[in-house]
Amino acid sequence: MTTVAVRDSGVPTSGVLAALRRRGKLWLLALTVLAWVAVWAATRGTSTQEIGGATLTDAHQWFRGRAAWVEDAASAGTNPVFGLANGIADLLNGLIAFLQRLFTVPEFPRPYPEIGWLGVIAMAAWVTYAVAGWRSVLLVVPSFLAFGFLGYWEDSLDLLIITLVSVFIAVVIGIPLGVAMAHSKIVSAILTPVLDVMQTMPSFIYLLPLTIVFGIGSAAATIVTLIYALPPVVRITAHGIRSVSPSTLEATRSLGQSGWQRLRNVELPMSKRTVIVGINQTMMAALSMATIAAFIDSPGLGQPVLEGLRRGQLGASAVAGLAIVIMAIMLDRTTTAASIRAERAARAGRDDRRRRRLVLTGTGVLTLAAIGVSHNQVWANPFPSSPDLGSPIAAGVDRFADWLRTDLSGLTTAIQEAFTVWFLNPVQDLVANSPWFVTAAALLAVAAIAGGRRALASTAVCLAGIYFLDLWYNAMVTLTSVFTATAVTMVVGVALGVWMGRSGLADRAIRPVLDAAQTIPPFVYLVPILILFGPNRFTAIVAGVIYAVPPATKLIADGIRGVAPATVEAAESAGTSRLQMITKVQIPMARGALLVAGNQGLLYVLSMVVIGGMVGAGALGFDIVTGFRQTSMIGRGLAAGVAIVLLGIMLDRITTHAANQSASTNPTTATHRRRRPLTGGIA
Amino acid sequence: MSDAALSVHGLWKVFGPKAGSIIGTPDADLPRPELLARTGCVAAVKDVSFDVAPGEVFVVMGLSGSGKSTLVRCLTRLIEPSAGSIEIDGDDVVTMSDSRLRELRRTHVSMVFQHFGLLPHRQVIDNVAYGLEVRGEPKSKRLARSQEMVDLVGLSGNEHSYPDQLSGGMQQRVGLARALAADPSVMLFDEPFSALDPLIRRDMQNEVIRLHDEVGKSMVFVTHDLAEALKLGDRILIMRDGAVVQVGTPAEVVARPADDYVRDFVSDVPRSHVLTLRYVMREPGPDDSTEGPVMSSDTVVRQAARAALASEHVVRVVDDGELVGIVDDDAILRVVVAEEEATPA
Ligand SMILES: Nc1ncnc2c1ncn2[C@@H]1O[C@H](COP(=O)(O)OP(=O)(O)O)[C@@H](O)[C@H]1O
Ligand SMILES: [Mg+2]
Repeated sequence: MTTVAVRDSGVPTSGVLAALRRRGKLWLLALTVLAWVAVWAATRGTSTQEIGGATLTDAHQWFRGRAAWVEDAASAGTNPVFGLANGIADLLNGLIAFLQRLFTVPEFPRPYPEIGWLGVIAMAAWVTYAVAGWRSVLLVVPSFLAFGFLGYWEDSLDLLIITLVSVFIAVVIGIPLGVAMAHSKIVSAILTPVLDVMQTMPSFIYLLPLTIVFGIGSAAATIVTLIYALPPVVRITAHGIRSVSPSTLEATRSLGQSGWQRLRNVELPMSKRTVIVGINQTMMAALSMATIAAFIDSPGLGQPVLEGLRRGQLGASAVAGLAIVIMAIMLDRTTTAASIRAERAARAGRDDRRRRRLVLTGTGVLTLAAIGVSHNQVWANPFPSSPDLGSPIAAGVDRFADWLRTDLSGLTTAIQEAFTVWFLNPVQDLVANSPWFVTAAALLAVAAIAGGRRALASTAVCLAGIYFLDLWYNAMVTLTSVFTATAVTMVVGVALGVWMGRSGLADRAIRPVLDAAQTIPPFVYLVPILILFGPNRFTAIVAGVIYAVPPATKLIADGIRGVAPATVEAAESAGTSRLQMITKVQIPMARGALLVAGNQGLLYVLSMVVIGGMVGAGALGFDIVTGFRQTSMIGRGLAAGVAIVLLGIMLDRITTHAANQSASTNPTTATHRRRRPLTGGIA
Repeated sequence: MSDAALSVHGLWKVFGPKAGSIIGTPDADLPRPELLARTGCVAAVKDVSFDVAPGEVFVVMGLSGSGKSTLVRCLTRLIEPSAGSIEIDGDDVVTMSDSRLRELRRTHVSMVFQHFGLLPHRQVIDNVAYGLEVRGEPKSKRLARSQEMVDLVGLSGNEHSYPDQLSGGMQQRVGLARALAADPSVMLFDEPFSALDPLIRRDMQNEVIRLHDEVGKSMVFVTHDLAEALKLGDRILIMRDGAVVQVGTPAEVVARPADDYVRDFVSDVPRSHVLTLRYVMREPGPDDSTEGPVMSSDTVVRQAARAALASEHVVRVVDDGELVGIVDDDAILRVVVAEEEATPA
């Protein structure tokens, strides 16, 4: 308590100055918006750069030309880069086709795949027992049965094949990369921004360019999944290796171990558990991306979801979505159990180990027998078609949706219309219907005030790019969705986050829900939201909010919890009320966390709003989806992808610089920034 | 000195951006804060020289931040020294290739650390064997040797425990066993007992004394605890801000502190436990009685006190048959009484 008092009274001038500067900034931002509204009122609807849905400009044709050139080069096989890409694509397509022949696709003259349901389930159970223990088997076997009874046996296995192949490659590449990052500052400096880009770029964006290089289908699906899923295992491996106790490293070094001995005997065993956590994250990312890869004809459960969305058969989409959720839970729980088991297994006594080997051999023989039976016996091969749980669920969902639309449409429509009329439309009118240069000037002013010169420069470059892509109007419509969804996300995130930060009970109750929400592939959310609200902008915004609330809330809760207890105590002893405590102490002091949450919220929302483009949100997302569907529109689709990347960079730069600026004017958040350690020393 | 087990000469370690360009300039003599402000560097070890004889226990002592850990790590280049020379068993450590250096660490020098640094995923026996493992000893041989070491440090029965199942004192015994396993000629200790409870610390100090008697290694022992230094050290080197303030036997340091820093350090030491007669005797005079007890000059005052006070005559201090001084009751009482006064009731 005393230290706080000293700090507050010790540097009064700088504190007041910072507060003034902050206040001044808010006034300036308000003035900017006022001026914008005034100019908008006078010029509204002119120079908006709006183009028709099927219009193709020179810029789009240029992209189309590039795409055609790449496709030609790839098919001619003369260019070594595309030759390599072709080779990789063939290899992956071959591998996945082979796995599909084993499990899901019959090869003439056999009427059934090589291994039927009995063999698959036996294998899954055996592998689960080996890596995660028998408890997880009790989850895995019912999950596989559910895939079958829901009517999506083959699609589930296909999704699993794409996911696991990608995860396998990600782990084989990712662990050595993570180790290299932990050992070398140079490698780390090179890889960190690459990983940042891989993670912040909306996943939807690189689908289209990759299909041009790799074609559509399994290979491209595996590669997009790999790109999206690689960063977590690299980062978390690097983190695990870096956090190996320095005293153990030093002590073992003093015994004269070589670099290789250090890695093998000290670093890898001591970070094993962390690395498995990384694999878990990679697995969940892979599953969510492999689902979305249905857009580029990836086999798997994404297909029936997408098909249902396209045809308006939401019941079928919902059943397939349910199977995806079951798979997500199964993979998440199993890898988590595997990380815990890794610890215990290392400590098992010699007897335990011998018994385990016996059990594994015995069950292994049984598994082989089951595989053999499922190869030869029809009853054990195609998954039985009854009982059929999928059709009644689908029918039930469809009935429910009808009922919603007829009997309850009043409520959902009311919510949706109120939001659209009172919030979404005015914002969109301002952002997209102002002349382009007015909106640009306003955005530049906001960037300069909030983020300073560097944010201004990035924003200028990004806006110029969007302008020259001839997609200004659509980009502004997308930006509107992003703004509104982020605003809602922050309101919800602050409310939940403050509550969780202040109450341990609330935290324990809410956090598991947020964790669960984050393991579900976002594509799956769209289905229930569509059922509730139908295809439109609002649905995409709701999906964005649902996707972004969990990470934003957790960041805010951690920020509130991180406010020094001494400060809270001091404020309490000064007679602060609860509301004052929240608004005057906890939120201001957690401002750094709030800004980071806003930054993350924007990026999450952006990637989801784009996916929402295909369910009626229009704008850039729709341009991309059209690019997949119609070869003539591929140029515009590619341009839209670039425009989204530019939007993402712009929003990221503005919020990051704003966060840094606030950190440098605010002593309490300054500690969030990284400190550079002194060089040299105990290496 | 070629017969020393370890010989250090003019050793420097400067941390910071332009570390190399500071030594030998007037900057090097600046006090630490000024050096840091001017150059951004910290001179952790400044021009340190000393020799350790075979079998000697050499203690390095100083306040926290005085550069002890850095100094002891420089000896096997766990921290790369900035300047100076280091010889271990006659080999120049500073110029060694990486592989020679690994060899030195595997066979000649081993170290015990304040925070143990055990491998949490290995059983005690495999922790002890780790040094032998990295140098490629066959499994049966290294397990046999490790078992011996486990028995030697009193951990029999705990071979198959994991480090986190042991108390701090027992973990440090594992650290000791691991260091002993390689049968090194020099052992380095960096505040090995500072993280332990006082009672366990005393046990462990006695353990080191016992092991030293049994295995007779040369030891460099870093501590910030003067009592520990006096108890274990044949000689003590006192450091302050990276530089050597004084090197001497425990009695020398207590009797003739080189400056106020050392005096402060030794002010509340029980002097009668440390001082020898050499430091309390006076010149023999013609009137001195020749009938009192005879003692050598390195007898500790406390041991001499009973006989000296019981006798009516003064104590004659005789080295090699020659009378070198006289100790009267007053001299003894001065030491003992001063101590009583210094110790609060
Ligand atoms: N890696 C390092 N980089 C910069 N300064 C260091 C480093 N290691 C130690 N120092 C500095 O060197 C000085 C001596 O530290 P150290 O040897 O650990 O002292 P001791 O062990 O006596 O407490 C301290 O001022 C410390 O801050
Ligand atoms: Mg130290």
